[in-house]
Amino acid sequence: MEVLDAALPVLAATLRLATPLLLAALAGLVSERAGIVDVGLEGKMLVGAFAAAAVAAVTGQAVPGLLAGIGAACLLGLVHAYASIALNGSQVVSGMAINIIASGLTATLALIWFRQGGQTPPLPPGARFLSVVLPGTEALAGVPVLGRVYATLLGGQTALAYLAFALVPVSAYVLGRTRFGLRLRACGEHPAAADTAGVSVARLRCAAVLIASVLCGIAGASIATAQGAGFQRDMVSGRGFIALAAMILGGWRPWPTLLACLGFGLLDAAAIRLQGVAVPGIGQFPVQALQALPYGLTVVLLAGFVGRTVPPRASGVPYVKER
Amino acid sequence: MSGAPAAALPHWVDLALLPLLNLLLALAITAGLMLLTGNDPVVALTALAMGSLGSADAVGYTLYYATDMAFAGLAVAVAFQGGLFNIGAEGQAVLAGIGVALAALHGEALPAALLLPLAVLAGAACGAAYAAVPGWLQARRGSHIVITTIMFNFLAASLLVYLVVNVLIAPGSMSPETRRFAAAADLPSLSALGFPSSAPVNLALPLALLAAGAVWLLVWRTPWGYALRVAGESAEVARYAGIDQARMTVLVMALSGALASGVAVNELLGAQHRLLLGFTGGYGFTGIAVALMGRNHPAGVLLAALLFGALTQGGAELAFEAPDVPTEIVVLIQGLVILLTGALGNMLRPALLRALRRRGG
Amino acid sequence: MILPPEAPPAIELRGIDKRFGAVHACRTVDLRVEAGTIHGIVGENGAGKSTLMAIMHGFYQADAGEILVRGQPAAIRGSRDAIRLGIDMVHQHFMLVERLTVLENVLLGAEGGARLAPGAARARAELARLGDAYGLRVDPQARIEDLSVGAQQRVEILKALHRGAQILILDEPTGVLTPQEADDLFRVLRALRTQGCTVLLITHKLREIMAVTDRVSVMRAGQMVAHRDTAATSAAELGELMIGRRLLPPPPRSAPQPGPALLEARGLVVRDAAGVERVRGIDLALRGGEVLGIIGLAGNGQGELLETLAGMRAPDAGEIRLRGRAVFPGRDFNAAALRRLGLGHVPEDRLRSGLLSRASAADTAILGYQGDPAYRGRLGLLSPGRIAGHGARLMRGHDVRPPDPTLRAGLLSGGNQQKLILAREIERDPSVLLVGQPTRGVDIGGIDAIHRRLLACRAAGKAVLVVSVELDEILALADRILVMFDGRVVGELPAAEATEGRLGLLMAGIGPERASAAPVPA
Repeated sequence: MEVLDAALPVLAATLRLATPLLLAALAGLVSERAGIVDVGLEGKMLVGAFAAAAVAAVTGQAVPGLLAGIGAACLLGLVHAYASIALNGSQVVSGMAINIIASGLTATLALIWFRQGGQTPPLPPGARFLSVVLPGTEALAGVPVLGRVYATLLGGQTALAYLAFALVPVSAYVLGRTRFGLRLRACGEHPAAADTAGVSVARLRCAAVLIASVLCGIAGASIATAQGAGFQRDMVSGRGFIALAAMILGGWRPWPTLLACLGFGLLDAAAIRLQGVAVPGIGQFPVQALQALPYGLTVVLLAGFVGRTVPPRASGVPYVKER
Repeated sequence: MSGAPAAALPHWVDLALLPLLNLLLALAITAGLMLLTGNDPVVALTALAMGSLGSADAVGYTLYYATDMAFAGLAVAVAFQGGLFNIGAEGQAVLAGIGVALAALHGEALPAALLLPLAVLAGAACGAAYAAVPGWLQARRGSHIVITTIMFNFLAASLLVYLVVNVLIAPGSMSPETRRFAAAADLPSLSALGFPSSAPVNLALPLALLAAGAVWLLVWRTPWGYALRVAGESAEVARYAGIDQARMTVLVMALSGALASGVAVNELLGAQHRLLLGFTGGYGFTGIAVALMGRNHPAGVLLAALLFGALTQGGAELAFEAPDVPTEIVVLIQGLVILLTGALGNMLRPALLRALRRRGG
Repeated sequence: MILPPEAPPAIELRGIDKRFGAVHACRTVDLRVEAGTIHGIVGENGAGKSTLMAIMHGFYQADAGEILVRGQPAAIRGSRDAIRLGIDMVHQHFMLVERLTVLENVLLGAEGGARLAPGAARARAELARLGDAYGLRVDPQARIEDLSVGAQQRVEILKALHRGAQILILDEPTGVLTPQEADDLFRVLRALRTQGCTVLLITHKLREIMAVTDRVSVMRAGQMVAHRDTAATSAAELGELMIGRRLLPPPPRSAPQPGPALLEARGLVVRDAAGVERVRGIDLALRGGEVLGIIGLAGNGQGELLETLAGMRAPDAGEIRLRGRAVFPGRDFNAAALRRLGLGHVPEDRLRSGLLSRASAADTAILGYQGDPAYRGRLGLLSPGRIAGHGARLMRGHDVRPPDPTLRAGLLSGGNQQKLILAREIERDPSVLLVGQPTRGVDIGGIDAIHRRLLACRAAGKAVLVVSVELDEILALADRILVMFDGRVVGELPAAEATEGRLGLLMAGIGPERASAAPVPA
């Protein structure tokens, strides 16, 4: 029982913290499998978070906020698509620019509109995505172990969390078993082959960038209106890059990416739990080490010291018909 | 045949007109946003200009920020010349700051004439080493430098937090910072040149100018620089010419990191005189905008650094002159400039080309 | 075989015109291809054949002109339009996604529904049927990257047939095939014709044209210069039409006066990035005052051998001696070090590795020699004045036009780029000169000038190695000819004994393993 007492909150927090990571990592995955590198996940999540919180604060409802978050992320996604697909510009530069624009834009608008030092007003419960109580929770409450697991781990998450986890099999299916997925993979590996097979590379990559934007918008909304209760400056705080790391660790495949996100969520949950805990010999537990672990792991993995990941062959390369 | 349309623009358009147009476009978009949110863009832009150039004090601050931008911009530009996109100037500056601080804190007994160069070199060495690792990883292990340097930024930030909060914090201090460095480690201010002593502009500014000159000589006037530019244009050509690509990658990154260390020198030795969290202020990222806008050439980088320095200082003054317009609008302008000059670089080209053709007959 | 004249042609081009920047790739081209025939398009490299076919397949858009398919005007704005009209193409560089399976590649663009499964089942059956009908057998579950080149080409053809191609364009399909594979391919093409398909075969190999086509059209410098019934023409006539004049006799050559061996290699083995042995134990000795020619079908290891001898890549085994000095194995084995020891190198692919297309011609003219004090001025810094002066001198001396050292090297024509690179390497007065594909993409006038330069180097006592896929070129230049096949030297002939026929057999890997494959003792 004691183990369960200690583990359950951490595991529940893991799922909660993994949700936005997972959504963003799947966004990056869809985009990069189509051949468009997306280092702008962070920025798109940030505008998503801001728009979601702002609209939720004004309307008092969570769903319009979510839609606004998706819409805002898509606007930035269109900029990325225009730069990297229509103009064959540098995808990395475009992504970095989007991050910086998002940071400046959200802070500016938040200050102008809400005048609360760059935040939105705190959201009332009605304007947020709240924990869902699964049917049968009460009936199972008396069952030892299972009852509590059902109530706080399987249940007790927000609708956006369930959506995020459901998207893993969905994206695996779409990528592997559908026409759209086949064309997407072809565009990311060898766009000229897709083109000569009658597939419009530009249209497909555009669709991929927009799907990624929608996912980033949801991820942002989940940070501001599900995990949190309002927008704060730069509140995404690097999660876009952690998501990128999870995607790389997952080898650009949905199921392994889920594992990586859960792992990073667990690290984050553990870091929160261990904050301020004294460790004999070193004093306070160095939570920074836990927080830095995902980045370090990504470097190690990319360098091929453990295993090897191979990115989609044409990712980051503009498709130009050339002689 | 690649890049044929880009080839057709005259040099002055490519080097001067396009960056200028892109800057104006960024300002116009920002002004449009202000109009939409019910603010007067003229008031805000005037405040930006006055706040950055309106007094000797303001100019002093502008030049102080421009020093950071120049170092960061040179770091990114040198890497670009070698065909590498160093997003890690921020993290390299952080590591350089740690090096600077350790030297300054441990060498307190030394006279200024020894301590200052020691601290500067320690910073440069740390920045160079921290940049060389992603270079080595790309050259020898095939991991992409963009991703590695992004990750290294976060690793550096975590390390800084850990060191400052848990190890180097001044005893009894509430805020996360070290004790003040010895006065011998203070870079002299430029009050001799007529700047008020309140302005933090310091000896790092002439250092930045020297660095720009040195970069120009190195890249455009030495065989090594020639090899660097060859490697930057094509790995295959470099292999043909017998240029050791891997070595070059590591060296260019080290040089880039050493240049990024100037941010730490300007901030820690010139202004803050202690190690504290967040001292890099995102200049490593602004450096990307500076390099892109300056067309990766030292002269262009200096001009762009001045511009962004003025924007930063003007933005800080906005709070007083136009309280309704937030300082963060400057970040927005920076982002727009990166987008327009970097990623959307091809947007205005066709129209310009047509306009020039028509004028030329 | 040719259908009655009242049937509309399968495809007809009228006045097709296409420019790429300054390059006029197709000049008002007309072409008529009758249905149910195999129609050959011949022309030299760079004559515009591939561009024309890419226009038919919608990969490029023509600037002017019209395309009629089965008598109807057709707007082909993309490959999708072409495929709908039953036109499909097997590209020279295969358009296959290497990490996908055969089945996935065949399905791509013709999936037959939003879900893959039903279409996949149909395609699998179709592949089995096509495999039986045409002898095009491949495992549908195999990944492309695991297949041989010949099998990959079969996948390309299957892909086209699966999409219902009636008109099949093949761009230089035999360049990477063994002779057996090529024969198999021709059998498939004849079978397709029997089934009513129209085949367009682009090649610069006249033997193939004579062997398999019904009609042939000749392209030269972007123009269509002649159409012939294959039965009514000869390889000689087509050759002259391709080149536009009777073949000039090769430049006069003095008798060879071989000197000491200046470059020797023993037991060279080179593996590519994937670990495949591209060079499998080669010995050679290159003497002063001789031109050694290496010939072989593209991709038989010549490129890797040349790069290794030039120091661009280290061999995995073997020894190399340059002017009597052991350079490999050695610590300092790289292109720059070999240059300092007197080795010049004109690379096979000048655009990829030989010049800086975005830098000035003058900057290109010091590539590889940038460390030379001659280009330095005050304080030991590079002097733009001296570099420009050197560039101008080089360009004047070697008739590079226009002789403007500030011009971007990428804007020079192919022939002038090649002259500039050759000038750079020759002017350093190397003892050993390695030249890959000396005249690839060079116009006729340029070819002659370049050949004369190389023979002048031979006369000056330099050791010259020429790697080429052009038989004529090797016959015109070489004193001694090594034939490479599958990473090995399969034959060595003195120029006097070399005939096109003997070389052709050896290049195809047919013929006795000759004991004389070992180098002539020095």
